[in-house]
Amino acid sequence: MSPIHYVTLSVILFVIGGVGVLVRRNAIVVFMCIELMLNACNLAFVAFARLHGNLDGQVIAFFVMVVAAAEVVVGLAILMAIFRARRSASVDDANLLKY
Amino acid sequence: MSHILAAAPSGTNTDSIAVATIFWILAVISVGAALAMILVRRAVHCAIMLAVVMLCLATMYAMQGAPFLAFVQIIVYTGAVLMLFLFVIMLIGISSSDSVVETIKGQRAAAGLAAIGLFVILILGIGHAAIGPAARTTAANNVDNLTGLARLIFTTYVFPFEVTGALLITAAVGAMVLAHRERTTPKPTQRDLAARRLASGHLAPDPSPGVYALHDAADRPALLPDGSTSELSVSQTLAPRDPYEETPPVRPELPASATTEAES
Repeated sequence: MSPIHYVTLSVILFVIGGVGVLVRRNAIVVFMCIELMLNACNLAFVAFARLHGNLDGQVIAFFVMVVAAAEVVVGLAILMAIFRARRSASVDDANLLKY
Repeated sequence: MSHILAAAPSGTNTDSIAVATIFWILAVISVGAALAMILVRRAVHCAIMLAVVMLCLATMYAMQGAPFLAFVQIIVYTGAVLMLFLFVIMLIGISSSDSVVETIKGQRAAAGLAAIGLFVILILGIGHAAIGPAARTTAANNVDNLTGLARLIFTTYVFPFEVTGALLITAAVGAMVLAHRERTTPKPTQRDLAARRLASGHLAPDPSPGVYALHDAADRPALLPDGSTSELSVSQTLAPRDPYEETPPVRPELPASATTEAES
């Protein structure tokens, strides 16, 4: 398969993840959609690594995975703190900094 | 699967028909799962759909000569990150589903338009990039995948790698700080607990759930001798699930032999 197929698939997954981030209200689901976008980026990185015949893209994808793991840990901890204070996981209810 | 992995490092598999078949199957499954992810209401179903997408992508990494990333994807993403998501879903409430109410007027339509615009821009960008076929094996990746990656990480990318370590430490400490709850009242000692129990006037332990109930399950309230159910026997966390939706019988049915014996 040509790398263009993989890149196109990653574009489709990225756009779907973006729609999820924009449309969904549950903060956990928004996080999962961000993970989907990061995964789509990783697929593009791996496809480009194969396109260029070197391993730099795979190394970057590896770093993306590490950063995503760190982001999920902190993000879910923030989510837990908000849920503990406000009894809600909806992004609409976290409006304490509004105005 | 083994011959797909054997396609590393260049990723040029000789059996192109098999690779194409696997790609199209995985592409359809992953796009369908991703669409289902943004359409299903419940967070748990969303997590399962995300796991499907991640497993499909892991197989695609393996097909593209990245077996190390494929396994890291399965271990880190499907194993650790998704488990973390499921833990948080469990803590927040498994029944937490999205509200269908649109809080900002016209947000769905705007989001759809933005998505179409983003898709068109990205596809146009890729179309202009003139992506050719995959490169043949070069000197950079002539060694096996793992050795090549290790050489790159510990030579060219050694500074980002160190920064990654700092990031992970910071994230771990930050998560601990955020998840830590400051105790505002002193911790009750065993003496306090005993005094509280005596003061409550309910010395015996709570009845265990499911005793003489219709089902022997933890969410079934115990039957009291007078036939009523005991709310004390069901855990507080199970209360929102309405344990009384199936009302247990007032009195367990005695077998026929037992009734005859009682009458005689």
